[in-house]
Amino acid sequence: MSAPSIPLPSPSQTVGPYLSIGMAWLNCPDLVDTGRPDAITVTGRVLDADGLPVPDAVLELWQADQSGRFPTAGADPDTSPPGWSGWGRCPTDADGGYHFTTVVPGPVDDRQAPHADLSVFMRGLLQRLVTRIYFPPRAGVAGADRWLPPSDDPVVAGVPAERTGTLVARPSADGYRFDVHLGGDAETVFFAW
Amino acid sequence: MTLTHGPQLQPDPPYRAPAYRSSERRAPSAPLVPLPLGPTERAGPLFGHQTITPADADLTRQHPGEPLGERINVSGRLLDDRGRGIAGQLIEIWQANAAGRYTHPVDQHRAPLDPNFTGAGRCLTGPDGSYRFVTIKPGAYPWRNHPNAWRPAHIHFSVFGRMFTERLVTQMYFPGDPLIEHDAIATSITDPAALARLVASFDWETTEEEWALGYRFDVVVGGHLATPVEGPA
Repeated sequence: MSAPSIPLPSPSQTVGPYLSIGMAWLNCPDLVDTGRPDAITVTGRVLDADGLPVPDAVLELWQADQSGRFPTAGADPDTSPPGWSGWGRCPTDADGGYHFTTVVPGPVDDRQAPHADLSVFMRGLLQRLVTRIYFPPRAGVAGADRWLPPSDDPVVAGVPAERTGTLVARPSADGYRFDVHLGGDAETVFFAW
Repeated sequence: MTLTHGPQLQPDPPYRAPAYRSSERRAPSAPLVPLPLGPTERAGPLFGHQTITPADADLTRQHPGEPLGERINVSGRLLDDRGRGIAGQLIEIWQANAAGRYTHPVDQHRAPLDPNFTGAGRCLTGPDGSYRFVTIKPGAYPWRNHPNAWRPAHIHFSVFGRMFTERLVTQMYFPGDPLIEHDAIATSITDPAALARLVASFDWETTEEEWALGYRFDVVVGGHLATPVEGPA
């Protein structure tokens, strides 16, 4: 008698150039109401190895709420932002730019600094790229002085020192700025597991 | 000593596939960095609060008239790598029309658009991970990757698993398509057995008499972006 068959994984393929046909219906760059007092923007650009803007990418953001919880792991509807899904999708514009509105994620455990996971899809990528956006303490945000700095985060600690800066967002007037470099001198750190 | 992927753990194509020209300027150059999985990666988004209706899974009924082409039922299951169905998760599909043309401004292939076909569908998986779409068989179409390059007929699939690590976008191909072995995107998958898993099977059970042909296509998520393991040279 043969063992029960375990299915093998389906390989990844590129989203191709026409991804918006199937994916644009769920574009949701605003994870929270933009008028919320603790709403922040996360903006940036996606650039290829030559530094040219990537106008046909889709980014997906995945993060905990401000209390560090996920919808699948006991988020409290009383404290989570209304309609909170922890997930956002934003296509890049002609200049490679993107824009999310969200809240700074709280600590997901005792060790990790505030972060969001970012998936990058585009023509030319045969599978998604995954990086992390780290949110360093930001002046004027209540409680930010208690945030663990990215430099103390165990995931960041596993990254070659000269590249850790690519994972840390820069504070901006109304949030943070985070560029994704697919190559070049400032190539963003991308992860596997 | 070389870095190898366990064929069962890492089914995916490399980022840099020289035959697929667009990968050259967009593939990362530095090695991927291992990410110890934490709470962020072990959770994943929930869907269902979005408005998804049965019509979204029938691409032949999204316009006043019927699209031209060969009507097909495409069904299967969304499974994890232990063979368990993943319930209530989102599957999005998109495709060209029967003439091989996408409803997208970038697509300038000299083939007709079909006013009765958009080519986008979505559904949530059932309790056993099952899904079903009604659509028309997409046509092959030319692209400029190399001289006389043609993509085999395919349907794009975007799926979410239970966890962030199980997110997958792939393409479904059709059995017997002579273009698959010449396609730079399909053959970027170096393991022929893995590529074969992206080819749907013709299915009598879901073929409806005097109505539509049936194809079955299971999507198995897991092992994506699994860290390469060191193996013998």
